[in-house]
Amino acid sequence: MTTSTISSDASLPQLRRFDWRGLVLPAGFLLVWALVTALGWVNTKLIPPPQAVLSTAVSFIGKAQFFNGLGASLWRDLAGFAIGSLAGVVFGALLGVSRWAGRIVGPTFHTLKHIALFAWLPLISTWLGQGDAAKVLFIGLSAFYPVALGALEGVHGIARSQLEVARVYGFGRVQLLFKLILPGASPQILAGLHLALIYAWLATIGAEYLLAKSGPGIGDAVIQGKAAFDVPLVIFGMLLIGLVGALFNQIANRIEARLLRWRDARH
Amino acid sequence: MAHAGTLEIKNLNKQYTVKGEPLPVLENISLSIKPGEFVSIVGSSGCGKSTLLRLVIGLEQEYQGEILLDGKRIVGTSLDRGIVFQEHRLFPWLTVEQNVGVGLLNADLSPAQKKKTVDEHIALVGLKGFETAYPYQLSGGMSQRVAIARALVNRPEVLLLDEPFGALDALTRSHLQQELQRIWEAEGITAILVTHDVEEAVYLGDRVVVMQPRPGRIKRIVDVPLPRSRDRGSYAFSQIKDDVLSEFSDTPHSDVKLVTPQESLGANWQFAW
Repeated sequence: MTTSTISSDASLPQLRRFDWRGLVLPAGFLLVWALVTALGWVNTKLIPPPQAVLSTAVSFIGKAQFFNGLGASLWRDLAGFAIGSLAGVVFGALLGVSRWAGRIVGPTFHTLKHIALFAWLPLISTWLGQGDAAKVLFIGLSAFYPVALGALEGVHGIARSQLEVARVYGFGRVQLLFKLILPGASPQILAGLHLALIYAWLATIGAEYLLAKSGPGIGDAVIQGKAAFDVPLVIFGMLLIGLVGALFNQIANRIEARLLRWRDARH
Repeated sequence: MAHAGTLEIKNLNKQYTVKGEPLPVLENISLSIKPGEFVSIVGSSGCGKSTLLRLVIGLEQEYQGEILLDGKRIVGTSLDRGIVFQEHRLFPWLTVEQNVGVGLLNADLSPAQKKKTVDEHIALVGLKGFETAYPYQLSGGMSQRVAIARALVNRPEVLLLDEPFGALDALTRSHLQQELQRIWEAEGITAILVTHDVEEAVYLGDRVVVMQPRPGRIKRIVDVPLPRSRDRGSYAFSQIKDDVLSEFSDTPHSDVKLVTPQESLGANWQFAW
């Protein structure tokens, strides 16, 4: 499964020193971009020079619209992520622990997860309109699946031999959950949360594109840029979205490496 | 110091059901173990020795006959019996001291008492200085020491050991056997060791119970009246060891007919024709 590869990569960045060679390609791209626009080889209406994007960024960052937009997007993202991932842990763990729940709910869940995320949007907007509630629900749904699947996989992975240890030391139900099941499943749960954080941000932007005309947001700013044929603004918006996503990924890497420090680094 | 338990097994029978058919695993086991005694159980694989231990610890429940600890029938697991498995079975997300503390999770002690008892037992197994290490940082022998500390931290009446050193290299194994003897003497506890290593059984046991397979039965009980610490190289030690080993070596003679090379060669020729 993809979740396990992500979790094993997660502990590496902290151990590795920063490698400057990774900057060669972006720097080269920036150079070519600056060159072709400066030499007039391309239509600068469609491909503006980097300095135009930079000056747009500088002026846009100064505006209240920027902070409101970014703030609104982040707020929706984190709200949806929190709700969806909490529901995911509870649901996935329950499905993993209870044979009964696994039999009754499992098949339905494993079928429903194949509905493409964006296919839920028409239904959600029909029920909840295009406001924040619909967006947060959609973002929550995007976070729910990877976390639920991670928790389910993690709980299933707990060895019988460890459950016997719990029996020998007389663990009660609550102790079983918090002293064995959740910590035992934590690598897969964290891998699921990591994916969920990325999915939730994608869903945040996607929801702003597809549930348009609904208040501020960073995706909304990009749409306005497109409507005004302000290509520098569109590019700046894209970069900003990518930057926020990368930042989330870094934070997730750090947290994961910290929480899973009990695992062999060579794992 | 812990109160050492008296364990009595009377007419114990145990069977599994395989494809609707009853499969006897243990047949008519009777064994009485005195407080503070160290009993080794040896047998080849499949003789039910691990099943016997799992019944005493309470991980297996259904059986006929009686298993009594201090006169009371054993029902399920309890903190008055500790066990060390062949694999250490430590929780990898917990440090050494937290793993030992798992044994005290349900003990009736204050946090300060728990901390003190955990520290004492980490010292007992010789792991002072490793309190905050994680299992992946420990060698196999050190992990098994932690498992022993976890099993003893409740001061159980009986310590059960299910091939605890089976997965270790020979040097570590003999060192840990000495350590186990020291720990057993220090705790004054009743101990039952299941092993397939005859030397280990004789080195540690007051008595060696020899079991035979299909179904698992007690074949013979050999006393080891040697003072401790025992010298593995001594004549008396090897005599007892040979005595126990002879219980295994005579089975092939009666069960299996030896095939001479000539016979098999002839059979091959015939097959070729």
